Amino acid sequence: MDIVYTIWLRNVKRYLRSKSRIIGSLGMPTFFLLVLGFGLNSVVSLPGMSHGYIGFIIPGIISMSVLFTSIFSGIQIIWDKQFGFLKETLVAPVSRIEIMLGQTVGGATTALIQGIIILVISLFLGLRISSIPGFALAIIFMTLIGLSFTAFGIAFASRMEDMHGFQLIMNFVVFPIFGLSGALFPIDSLPSWLRSLTMLDPLTYGVEGIRYGLLGTSQIDPVLSFVVLSGFTIFMVVLGAYLFRKIST
Amino acid sequence: MVAIEVENLTKEFNGFVAVDHISFSIESGEAFGLLGPNGAGKTTTMSMLSTMLKPTSGRASVHDFDILKEQDDVRKSIGIVFQDQSLDEELTAYENMDFHGRLYRIPKNLREKKINELLKLVELEDKKDNLVKTYSGGMRRRLEIARGLLHEPRVLFLDEPTLGLDPQTRNHLWSYIDRLNKEKGITIILTTHYMEEADKLCDRIAIIDKGKIIALDTSEKLKESIGGDVIEIMSSDRDKIHSVIKAFSWVKHVDVHNGSVTINLQNAEKHVAEIVNVAYDNGIEIESISIHKPTLEDVFLYYTGRTMREEEASSKDRMRMMHKPQRR
Ligand SMILES: Nc1ncnc2c1ncn2[C@@H]1O[C@H](COP(=O)(O)OP(=O)(O)OP(=O)(O)O)[C@@H](O)[C@H]1O
Ligand SMILES: [Mg+2]
Repeated sequence: MDIVYTIWLRNVKRYLRSKSRIIGSLGMPTFFLLVLGFGLNSVVSLPGMSHGYIGFIIPGIISMSVLFTSIFSGIQIIWDKQFGFLKETLVAPVSRIEIMLGQTVGGATTALIQGIIILVISLFLGLRISSIPGFALAIIFMTLIGLSFTAFGIAFASRMEDMHGFQLIMNFVVFPIFGLSGALFPIDSLPSWLRSLTMLDPLTYGVEGIRYGLLGTSQIDPVLSFVVLSGFTIFMVVLGAYLFRKIST
Repeated sequence: MVAIEVENLTKEFNGFVAVDHISFSIESGEAFGLLGPNGAGKTTTMSMLSTMLKPTSGRASVHDFDILKEQDDVRKSIGIVFQDQSLDEELTAYENMDFHGRLYRIPKNLREKKINELLKLVELEDKKDNLVKTYSGGMRRRLEIARGLLHEPRVLFLDEPTLGLDPQTRNHLWSYIDRLNKEKGITIILTTHYMEEADKLCDRIAIIDKGKIIALDTSEKLKESIGGDVIEIMSSDRDKIHSVIKAFSWVKHVDVHNGSVTINLQNAEKHVAEIVNVAYDNGIEIESISIHKPTLEDVFLYYTGRTMREEEASSKDRMRMMHKPQRR
């Protein structure tokens, strides 16, 4: 536990210290909220959008923010590799699992903070939090997204030599995961072939879970969302830990 | 007591043999040097001994702990300063030390005390709360050494500890490393391609080239082994000199390399005149001639036929620059 805490502490310190990174990574989600939210609010009206389009995409944008931050945190291991710091950690008499878990929890924490900042911004854009348990549920789903995708990033980073693969992951993994997740559109309104793709995307369950927590309605049963996302998280952490064990400097 | 035992240790990278069946043993409290040019296999050897790299074959142990089977025990007994920087630049010096202390599970009180002690020792205490990215190369190196000592390792690995530092900082680090070894009795294994560094700090030196140990002894014995004196002749007719000189019975060894001819022999003073005469008789022009006591450079030349400086000038240096963008 001490070791997990140590690694976590480093990650959080670095995050809190990089003001420009925090502000920079708020840019895109805020832009989405304002442009899509207000731009389409009066145009788009579909079933399941009792809170208007802006209310509908707030959980989606929060998920996006958590997703991007957590994948980015996981992939940071490559920087540690390139800047040599990873060696300092790996040569210590601690198990690889502890290091990996510390990194995962650390990444999830920063992702969660990032998501909460978007949530707070959303309050100014008309989001009303009506129930505390609902809010807590949203936090739990955000945490799960953070944990699973940080582990996902670590799994990738363990296999990558340098940052060249990063663009590849962004284009072929991260954007599709976000785009297919039902963050920006209601799943029910999709053609059935696209709908089944959406149902294969783990982020869908995160978005829907947060949506249920914040708005009180969702198209997927929150229990199902919770089970699927938890399962995915456990799977990713195990896979990440397995691949990280074999990382070389 | 033996601190490090190495037997036929070998590392291949896709068929390329970087470390080739090396064997040696280091006594507890000894300062041991691996001296060799770029690409000789020094870092690879250090990486295997510190459990960071799996050997292809052979075995090694640190304080009787096997580097493959008892990795955790090996890691607990060693401290290491890597060739490439391994600090977190976004953290302060104190935080880097604290991170290390926590990783090695040093209890809080002791940790704080030791960190302050060590930062004082390497003269960084008044800068301890500055971010490492504001540090100079020498300060970073001192911080890394302090960090390597935090958990009180009995064996300290130093991979090119003074590479790229100015002479003043280098001297400062040398005296510091020497104190650690002499006063605290810490076993030191260091790699370098500075002759002077090996000479000054190491009880014994292994000269390593192309993955093989080609000579291993104290600095004095290594120098004695190649003959008492060295004569160096600068001339444009190097090959001709070589062919006439090697016929003399008192010549122990002759080498021709770019710029000069190096002769190993006993009692050089007695034979200088003879060399000049024979050169004159053969119509060879000599630009200059000098006599000196052997240095480690001469030892390297004697065993490999090349000078370390020639090695340095080769493409390896440029490759190194390209491979290490992280050195800022
Ligand atoms: N991971 C690797 N993959 C392939 N080849 C490698 C690897 N690491 C080292 N080598 C090769 O092994 C040889 C020895 O490298 P090593 O880093 O041990 O040399 P060194 O003696 O430390 O040199 P330097 O003085 O430049 O630090 C070099 O030819 C290098 O190119
Ligand atoms: Mg090296």
